[in-house]
Amino acid sequence: MAKTIIEKIIQNHTKDEVSQGKIVWMDLDVMSARDFGGPNVVKNLEKEYGDAPLADSKKTFFTFDLCVPPCSMKYADNQQFCREYARKHGIKVFDIDRGIGSHVLIEEGLALAKKTVVGTDSHMNILGAVGCFGQGMGDVDIAFAFKTGKTWFEVPETIKVLLKGNFTWPTSPKDLTLYILKKMGTRKAALKAIEFYGESVSSLSLSGRITLCSMVTEMAGIIGFIPEYGDSLSSEVEELIKESYSPYLADKDAVYREVVEIDVGSLPPQVAAPFKPTNVYDVSRLRGVKIDTGFIGCCTNGRKEDFKAAACVLEGKKIKDGITLKIVPATRKVYAELLEEGILETLFKGGAIISNPGCGGCAEGHIGLTGTGEVQISTGNRNFAGKQGKGKTYIASPEVVIASCISGEITNPEDL
Amino acid sequence: MKKPIQSGKVWVLLNKGGRLIEDIDTDQIYHNAFLHITDLSQMGQYTLGNLEGWRDFSKKARSGDILVAGRNFGAGSSRQQAVDCFLSLQVGMIIAPSFGAIYFRNAVNSGFPILKCPDLKELITEEKLETGDEIRVNLYSGKGFNISKSISFSLEPMSKVQKEIFNAGGLFNYGKMLDRG
Repeated sequence: MAKTIIEKIIQNHTKDEVSQGKIVWMDLDVMSARDFGGPNVVKNLEKEYGDAPLADSKKTFFTFDLCVPPCSMKYADNQQFCREYARKHGIKVFDIDRGIGSHVLIEEGLALAKKTVVGTDSHMNILGAVGCFGQGMGDVDIAFAFKTGKTWFEVPETIKVLLKGNFTWPTSPKDLTLYILKKMGTRKAALKAIEFYGESVSSLSLSGRITLCSMVTEMAGIIGFIPEYGDSLSSEVEELIKESYSPYLADKDAVYREVVEIDVGSLPPQVAAPFKPTNVYDVSRLRGVKIDTGFIGCCTNGRKEDFKAAACVLEGKKIKDGITLKIVPATRKVYAELLEEGILETLFKGGAIISNPGCGGCAEGHIGLTGTGEVQISTGNRNFAGKQGKGKTYIASPEVVIASCISGEITNPEDL
Repeated sequence: MKKPIQSGKVWVLLNKGGRLIEDIDTDQIYHNAFLHITDLSQMGQYTLGNLEGWRDFSKKARSGDILVAGRNFGAGSSRQQAVDCFLSLQVGMIIAPSFGAIYFRNAVNSGFPILKCPDLKELITEEKLETGDEIRVNLYSGKGFNISKSISFSLEPMSKVQKEIFNAGGLFNYGKMLDRG
């Protein structure tokens, strides 16, 4: 039987015959939990299994990335509770210094093409960017996975998205992502996997792939893959993980639920207005909306290239007086790269606040909140009411965020 | 065997305009400010605490009540607390046209009855289902009956794995059952 990418990965991890819509038991290569969800995972494990050994503690990890370092006793206690459990069971902890778990798993060569990885992070499906099955799950699922090394999973149907045309600066992978989200909404891809094809995505670097794959969650999809890639991507991935890169490709006769064509030629920068990520407009439609603060980071736009793109726009300019900009690199490794290449210096001198790595900006407890009436422009992936405080959040690319912080209102970098 | 019948009083999540609220995100169901909580009994009070018009739900809901919501309920994060908060309030079941993928799994794994009702929007616009109605649902057959209005409606019955996990009383018990063969 011809198979899509997700069907191939699942088939390689189950004894059951894989077919769309069927629920199978699959083996997991990596199980992880964060400081949100992690303590609940541990409580479930202790209650249900006491001190019994886990399926494989070498495949089991904690990744603290949400409230780092902890800003309250509640989170400090929760993290320590997980650490003590980890020590007892020989589990590796990527602690409060390391950054966003999904990114750390890629950098550590744990989330590899063809593998299966789960964690208490709904954006764990960004691992599709490296051809890996990644899935966010709740604490019951993850506790069960820690103990058994398995999970039940319904083999999803796959949608093929064919992108026509290509984009150029100031349009970025985030704009492509927001535009695809606008076209797909939350219905088309609901509960399905996506394979993206076309020149605009086959040429994407790892960071651009992460941006696109991360927002499959906002499309209500299961996971996204970008099967086509060039030599520059394989060398980038191979340099990172010190292993050859050979993801699955879909079979020619694989069965797709639907083929969706989207024209992304001459696409201008895109912005998602409050309070839905799907509420996407051309930047010109929102030009002039006054902002108070900006944010660059998050699992969607927290890699070196994202900050480099912002620094290029900022070079020689300053963030407008009265506007603040928060910078949160995804990981410690990204932070180091930004330091070495002088990117942090450019951002700092331009007026930005530089934070330690983590999921700040999405969860309360790290890099602050927006106050009532405050307007934020962010490279995050969600802008639901009340999520990052009581203010309003617009979602955009690093280029648009920095341009808006320079002018004080939503701005196309081209117009600076 | 657990009894596959749920009955109770309905809360329909409507906005100010009287329309079913769609795409309710887990931050609206159970805000990330309370994710440090690991004790089920403390979670109920924050249920729908960030959903405009419904912040007082935890005070109004009674044991056995049934929540009815718009499509893609539970979009967003993987937090189990967004399911646990309803368990904490002893809500009997949740019905929506569709759910966030992770949310649906989380409910199934907790053995918490959650069913899709593709025709829900029509039921609501035609006033065949309203807040305060008493309904009865057979989880295995998907047959629904509005006792207050004497109207039948249909839902997608539980899938095989959902039924098995529900019957076992949750994923952990189900796993232990499988181990024993």
